[in-house]
Amino acid sequence: MKWASLPTARGRKTILWIVLSMPLLWLAVLVIQELRLPNSGLGPEPTEALLHYLGEWSLISLLLAFSVSPLRRRLNWAWLGQQRRLIGLFAFAYVCLHVLVYAGLYAQFQLAELLDDFVHRPYITAGIGAFVALSLMALTSTRGWRRRLKDNWRRLHRLIYVASFLAIVHLLWLRKDPGVGEAIYLLIFVVLVVERMFSLWQRRPSI
Amino acid sequence: MLIRKPTDIASSEITSESIYQQRRRFLGQSTALIAGAGLGLHAPLSSAGLQADDEITPERIVTQYNNFYEFGTDKSDPYANAGALTTDPWTVAVSGEAKKTGEFAFEDIVKGLTPEERIYRFRCVEAWSMVVPWMGIPLKDILQQFEPTGDAKYVVFKTLYRPEEMVGQRSFFSSIDWPYVEGLRMDEAYHPLSIMAVGLYGKELPNQNGAPWRLMVPWKYGFKSIKSIVSIHFSKRQPINTWQALAAHEYGFYANVNPAVDHPRWSQASERRLPSSIFDPNRRPTLPFNGYAEEVAELYRGMDLRKFY
Repeated sequence: MKWASLPTARGRKTILWIVLSMPLLWLAVLVIQELRLPNSGLGPEPTEALLHYLGEWSLISLLLAFSVSPLRRRLNWAWLGQQRRLIGLFAFAYVCLHVLVYAGLYAQFQLAELLDDFVHRPYITAGIGAFVALSLMALTSTRGWRRRLKDNWRRLHRLIYVASFLAIVHLLWLRKDPGVGEAIYLLIFVVLVVERMFSLWQRRPSI
Repeated sequence: MLIRKPTDIASSEITSESIYQQRRRFLGQSTALIAGAGLGLHAPLSSAGLQADDEITPERIVTQYNNFYEFGTDKSDPYANAGALTTDPWTVAVSGEAKKTGEFAFEDIVKGLTPEERIYRFRCVEAWSMVVPWMGIPLKDILQQFEPTGDAKYVVFKTLYRPEEMVGQRSFFSSIDWPYVEGLRMDEAYHPLSIMAVGLYGKELPNQNGAPWRLMVPWKYGFKSIKSIVSIHFSKRQPINTWQALAAHEYGFYANVNPAVDHPRWSQASERRLPSSIFDPNRRPTLPFNGYAEEVAELYRGMDLRKFY
């Protein structure tokens, strides 16, 4: 495919914006449907459906951000590297919505209940861990922070490993009997980690 | 009066539907009977445990939002995939500590027994709940036909294993060891609230709800109420039910609804009553024994319910 024939970096960015917003637009359609006729767009448990939908897209966009380096390396997609922050911030936006729906709509901002969940439900603890890791990355994603943190910035942003891993653990621990969907996410994660190890091994200094 | 509503629905639905199959006639007669009774007084069992604010869950939700992993793990999967299931003919194998054992046709087992309407609260271990108008036969009436002996301490049920019709059983990723197994202590099975459901909303039981018959024990979490049963075994020993085999620290043998004993992954103190709306998950406190404590708590007297969860 001739990606180079795509007009400009700006054009690619616009396309990426549109693609990454699609799940949110579709969700808006479902929510409007739901508001007009209860249980039509999001089913018998709308809060639960909303929560899972946002959770799923959080994970997909997170894994997409995690794929940027390998894709750039293997397919020579230099342009994708420039868009990594955009993808990461989209992932963060989905996660924020997911957390907001959980705390607000699902748990109705019952603080005692939320705290109980954080402490006693391992899958929620894992999810919170992923959220914290992503928040740190999102907060320091600006040029200013990148300059200020210097080398530490790269180290800090290796939190993507932690965030993706915890997000998958969060999903696996949540399911009673994990199925094909969970297996695919896990497989993608493993492939991406293995690719990185392989690439490190390739770049090892020759003795 | 709220409780009477499904009976009205049942009678009108049945007159138009009761003509074709033998199984439908079997249901039809009984529903007419119930509908007649509905004009007067309800048998106390038909609405035992119902709370004043319990509203019957719409049929569309009862039949399209199910956990039936034989047809997939999403709650919309059973409705989508259960159409492939053949429920006629249906043979049931009876074995173990009983005088009458062997293979029986489903029709022969239920012949002469009259299904009753039972409006039960249904509480899933995942913390959602419904109120469902079942048509069912007291389990005791069914089991006694096989004349279990004094050695029968437990009754063990199995769901059909037929991967060519049950797509979930073909799943490579599932860790469930099919067929699905569940069991009850004999005194639990003989409790008047325990039924074999053969219908729903005055109609024949839909495949996704466990056709042609499924257990319904309203004071236990939903996974105890095993669907599409093909095997009844009277046992001396307590069986290991499917979910217990999969995660014994999460799911026990008894699985009585208990707000005081949390599932390791979620609280059981409250439940989400379906249907809910987008801004309100419709939470309500969960009751001990799902609201049936008055009827069944006696069965567990002296038992540590934290240990026997």
